[in-house]
Amino acid sequence: MTTATQVDAAGGVFSGDESGGGRWSEAFRRLRRNPVAILGAVLVLLFVLVAIFAPWLAPHDPQEQLLLGEVRPGFVPGPREGFPLGVDSLGRDELSRLLYGSRQSLLVGIVSTLLGLSLGLLLGGLAGAFGGRVDNVLMRVTDLMLSIPGLLTAITITVILGPSLTSVMIAIAIVNVPIFARLLRGSMLAQRDADYVLAARSIGLRRRTIVLSHIVPNSLGPVIVQATLTLATSIIDAAALSFLGLGNQDGTPEWGQMLAEAQDLLGTRAALAFYPCIAIVIAALGFTLLGEALREALDPKFRR
Amino acid sequence: MSLLEVEDLSVVFSRRGRRDVRAVDGVSFSVDAGQTLGVVGESGSGKSVTSLAIMGLLPRRGAAVGGEVTFGGRKLLGMRRDELRDLRGKELAMIFQDPLSALNPVVPIGRQVTEVLTRHRGMTGTDARREAARLLDLVGIPDPDRRLREYPHQLSGGMRQRALIAMAVACQPKLLIADEPTTALDVTIQAQILELLKELVRQEGTALVLITHDLGVVAGLCDRVNVMYSGRIVEAADRRTLFVDPRHPYTTGLLGSIPRLDSAEGAPLLPIPGSPTDTLPWSSACAFAPRCARSLEVCTTVTPDLEPDGRRALRCHNPVPAEEAAAVGAEGRRE
Amino acid sequence: MLRFVVRRLLQLIPILFGLSILLFAWLRLLPGGPAAALLGERATPERVAAINRTYGLDQPLFVQYWRYLQRVAQFDFGDSTQTGRPVTQVIIDQFPGTIELTIAALIFAVGVGIPLGYFAARRQGTILDNLAVVGSLVGVTIPVFFLAFLLKYFFAVELGWLPPSGRQDVRIDATHITNFFVLDGLLTREFDAAFDAVKHLILPGIALGTIPLAIIVRITRAAVLDVVNEDYVRTAEAKGLTTSVIRRRHVLRNAMLPVVTTIGLQLGLLLSGAILTERVFAFPGIGSEIVSAITNKDYAILQGVILLVAVLYVLINLVVDLLYGVLDPRVRVR
Repeated sequence: MTTATQVDAAGGVFSGDESGGGRWSEAFRRLRRNPVAILGAVLVLLFVLVAIFAPWLAPHDPQEQLLLGEVRPGFVPGPREGFPLGVDSLGRDELSRLLYGSRQSLLVGIVSTLLGLSLGLLLGGLAGAFGGRVDNVLMRVTDLMLSIPGLLTAITITVILGPSLTSVMIAIAIVNVPIFARLLRGSMLAQRDADYVLAARSIGLRRRTIVLSHIVPNSLGPVIVQATLTLATSIIDAAALSFLGLGNQDGTPEWGQMLAEAQDLLGTRAALAFYPCIAIVIAALGFTLLGEALREALDPKFRR
Repeated sequence: MSLLEVEDLSVVFSRRGRRDVRAVDGVSFSVDAGQTLGVVGESGSGKSVTSLAIMGLLPRRGAAVGGEVTFGGRKLLGMRRDELRDLRGKELAMIFQDPLSALNPVVPIGRQVTEVLTRHRGMTGTDARREAARLLDLVGIPDPDRRLREYPHQLSGGMRQRALIAMAVACQPKLLIADEPTTALDVTIQAQILELLKELVRQEGTALVLITHDLGVVAGLCDRVNVMYSGRIVEAADRRTLFVDPRHPYTTGLLGSIPRLDSAEGAPLLPIPGSPTDTLPWSSACAFAPRCARSLEVCTTVTPDLEPDGRRALRCHNPVPAEEAAAVGAEGRRE
Repeated sequence: MLRFVVRRLLQLIPILFGLSILLFAWLRLLPGGPAAALLGERATPERVAAINRTYGLDQPLFVQYWRYLQRVAQFDFGDSTQTGRPVTQVIIDQFPGTIELTIAALIFAVGVGIPLGYFAARRQGTILDNLAVVGSLVGVTIPVFFLAFLLKYFFAVELGWLPPSGRQDVRIDATHITNFFVLDGLLTREFDAAFDAVKHLILPGIALGTIPLAIIVRITRAAVLDVVNEDYVRTAEAKGLTTSVIRRRHVLRNAMLPVVTTIGLQLGLLLSGAILTERVFAFPGIGSEIVSAITNKDYAILQGVILLVAVLYVLINLVVDLLYGVLDPRVRVR
């Protein structure tokens, strides 16, 4: 087993440019055979399509308080013609709000992951490439960031920036930064001591060449896996922040906020709490399954 | 009746979606009390699997064991698991190749020794600790009381192997199986460990099965030797016969590939070409045929039987003639 | 071992130092500046000036920071801008609830997770194993608040088996000494009060403990699968040891190493999750306090609570590290 892995690592690396294609296409082939990956991809696709086509899919304007007149304290009208899932406590169409809510979730997920990813990769890459004092300082900073639980960090940042969707995105991005920084650094350090890098050094390749064409490409697999999984956690975290009242304040539909509003109706219209929950789970589960399948596909240990 | 009798032992590993692998095939031998048997072969020859099968340590799933193993008159294969547990560590003991990985890294050495004493000799507390210290002392570990409190990573390789031997001999077993006990050690330590094993066997009258790929180890310690290739015994003889008059091409190959001090200057070492394989191009054949310089037509069509012949048993269609054998297996090999 | 402890304690200093700077900076970044933030809606020019004087906000930054450190060292976090109560008092009142909830969740996650992971590994490939693997994959994805809602709806609202909210039935006149309600009930021998507090912990504890449970099952299973193939387990078998000794001393003892690390990492998640769980179950604790502080813009409370949780988290990680040192002798020596 060990030998196989080593051969693999060396083979995948030394061939540099052309090898990348081979490894990824092999991973892709195995992904297509994995039912978990297929299910994940289908869920993700569904989520993305709904987000894109929400205006065409939604039967009503998600902000218009159509049935407000029928809402009484402790009573909200249930499903009826034109309102298949009923309305919320302000008389707005639940289905339309759910469909539109996917847009905020997708937006937060992508923006905060990409932002956290690029900042994290920058810091981790610097630490991994330079080592020494740079590495030391940067890693103490990530230590510090990781010493506060993620949601709490996000809360404090959103409080400073004032509650809004933008604040939520920035806050979650910042929480994601140390995760990516450590991941890239750790994987670069492991590569730096690997035999093939020694070999590359011994034939006199320049440091920049080694880092850019050998170390970075080989550290990329775990980063992509982590990014996919982070999309899921970011969507959940965003929902949590908006559930706590830190999201948009202008009535734009957000799943977390819908959940918070439905809380008081648990005794009479519990469904209103479950719709947004199920939506969040579908979105997050899609990315999680895809990420886990990707991890397996890229891991030489699972190769057969 | 011998202490250990192995009769037609076979082990087949099967894994889903893979061809079955016959790791051990028709292996028979016996060991008497006080005797040392060497089992020699390359890695993959089935020697370790044989010993694990005797101990009942093969995985329950995926390994089919056939044949008969009798130990002190009791059949080991098919014995109830808890009965076998009572025997293991008490009458049957084993030491392994890599002493670092064979010791539990997070449990002190002392505990790893005393747990055998508690299990099989009912000793606890101070009694067990005192006995453990005596055992460490017996296997030549200085300052045993301190060592008992230490963890495996704090000991040197030789010390670890000594500690493992102490655990194995804790209950004065009737049979000790040593699977490559010196392979992971420095050469100077190897000699010490072998000397220790020799001494223990002599003192206690323990039967020893010594598994190794090192003919030097065999020459120094064993009464009889089984040479294994690809899951079968190809030549079995007493030590002197094997070294002086080897007949199987594989045995002569093994002897010819070792550098010796008494060989003429400039005399070439004779490596065996190729490497062992479990996929032969023929359905029934001698497994060594693809690498054998003496292979005949018949070698690729008929599997040779292990034929007893006076002082030895040999599995070969075209054995090495006596005069050629004498040239390889000279007199006075480190005896 | 002692040197290991001391070294880990020394590593704590820069982290705590960094934390204090971060929180100090955070107070200064708050909308309207620290004085306005601390006063909230009561801010008038006179009051702001008074606050600036008492807190030395007109002084240079490093003097301010020094004073901040002095106050924090004396556990003085100021007063709530809403109620005027000292933040320290609020923490003393609310914190035990969160600790109880976290412990309940941890007991659930560890108590169910480790045995489940162990048996899944030993029966690899069976239905139990497959269920555990799939269940843990899905379990990680289910948001805390979803599970909290589900449990609350079915077991409290629909079936009425367990209370839907709070820490203790208001009709029970319980004596409170430590504010740990279960402990108080036991200390004062008011067993009905203790039992009632436990009943209030079950649903939120399960909701909060499920994600850690899923993760612990996965890690335990993987660790046990690794360890059973180790040579030392074969050695233990060769020694003829009983199954229970092999399981306890040789398999679980080693498999626990990655599990302990994981549990340590989960504690941060638990503290985060507690905020959400408390919100759903209207469970009075530090999480509920944070939520109401956010709504009321009560920054005094927020900064005190955040500092407390961060320090607590750092200390928990220290304990986990030390525990790891106890479990793995190789770590100590290095």
